[in-house]
Amino acid sequence: MRRVALALFSTVTGLVMLLNFKTHSTGAAGVPVATSTTDPGNNSSSAGTSNAATTPGAATTPGAATTPSTVPSSAASTSATKTVTGDAVDTRWGPVQVQITVRNGTITAVTAIEYPRNNPRDEQINAYAIPQLNQEALSAKSASIDMVSGATYTSEGYLGSLQSALDKAGL
Amino acid sequence: MTSIERSRTVRVEHCMGTAFTIDVRDPGGWSAAIADVVGWLHRVDAVFSTYQPASDINRIQRGELRVEDADPEVGLVLELCARVQVTTGGAFSAMPQGRLDPTGLVKGWAVERASLLLRAHGAVNHAINGGGDLQLSGEAAPGRPWVVGISDPADRSRIARTVAGRDFAVATSGVAERGQHILDPFTARPAAALASASVVGPSLTFADAYATAAFVLGRQALRWIEDLDGYEALLIEAGGTVSASRGWRAER
Repeated sequence: MRRVALALFSTVTGLVMLLNFKTHSTGAAGVPVATSTTDPGNNSSSAGTSNAATTPGAATTPGAATTPSTVPSSAASTSATKTVTGDAVDTRWGPVQVQITVRNGTITAVTAIEYPRNNPRDEQINAYAIPQLNQEALSAKSASIDMVSGATYTSEGYLGSLQSALDKAGL
Repeated sequence: MTSIERSRTVRVEHCMGTAFTIDVRDPGGWSAAIADVVGWLHRVDAVFSTYQPASDINRIQRGELRVEDADPEVGLVLELCARVQVTTGGAFSAMPQGRLDPTGLVKGWAVERASLLLRAHGAVNHAINGGGDLQLSGEAAPGRPWVVGISDPADRSRIARTVAGRDFAVATSGVAERGQHILDPFTARPAAALASASVVGPSLTFADAYATAAFVLGRQALRWIEDLDGYEALLIEAGGTVSASRGWRAER
């Protein structure tokens, strides 16, 4: 997990710079500089992307340069679209590698180009996830609930929602 | 029921395109406290909205405003987003569509802060529901925990599960009824494995973002969330199958 953290931390450096973060010390506190376990040059996922900025040093040096990336006046060297590919790092779930696209000095995309797929350990999930039979759904009345959690509803959708009904009881 | 048990002040405020329910269970008058909360929510909307062209977030996206010159909360929220992006292995992103959009964390964060605001006003026992994401403080009535129903994604008039407790947060991510989908930052396509993902834990800021990530991760979320102390997940699949992380308890 630490390694994932570092990999992503180093690859979101562009975002960090955009945000003008002070340090990386919070999330991956105390963890030394990441060592890439996958040579970026050998990783087919990085084909076609600029490797210029994949240097571990560049990726793991926060605060270094380009802070003015969001300043409109800094147009001179920032007019092109550039993709920056971070180091691929092996995690226990598989390799993770993130790519950032910078256009006119502004990040326009952050994409994971390599991530765990078809992981045989996914099988383990089934042991964790205990599928349960679809429980007889309870009505709000019989459950005597106070509040409802669900996917975000619109203002209009709220009006006909269970939460709305619960609120009316207290209004 | 005693009069204390019946004590309830409810306010519904429409903001950020959804409805916020502020439900105070302490006796007394809370209009000033609630007004503070409402003001706070609208301020958050003005700063973080991706719909309002003049919001700080949109100005930053257009390169018209630097983060350090924006509302001081912006830097904080984006730092939180970056941390959660790391914690979620990239399943949560503040740029899910290539544009600066911290929405997946902002609402939960705003509600959690609003809850602290109510506490500061002396309202210890209250709940705030921000469009389906809740921070619950204290208890629903003396000696009775809050009971939260988790909406059945197949039929929102029904409850699929309940979770009860004191001082906790519940967030649920799913296909929003406004038709928006949660994009998988890994594939840039709508996440489709689950009908909804709910996360419980102490902080709604994180529960909200983790629910978004869990929705993207699908069943993998159950293993992933085990590494996060204090947070548990409940997943509902389109076919109705419900599964939960090992630490999930109906009564917290």
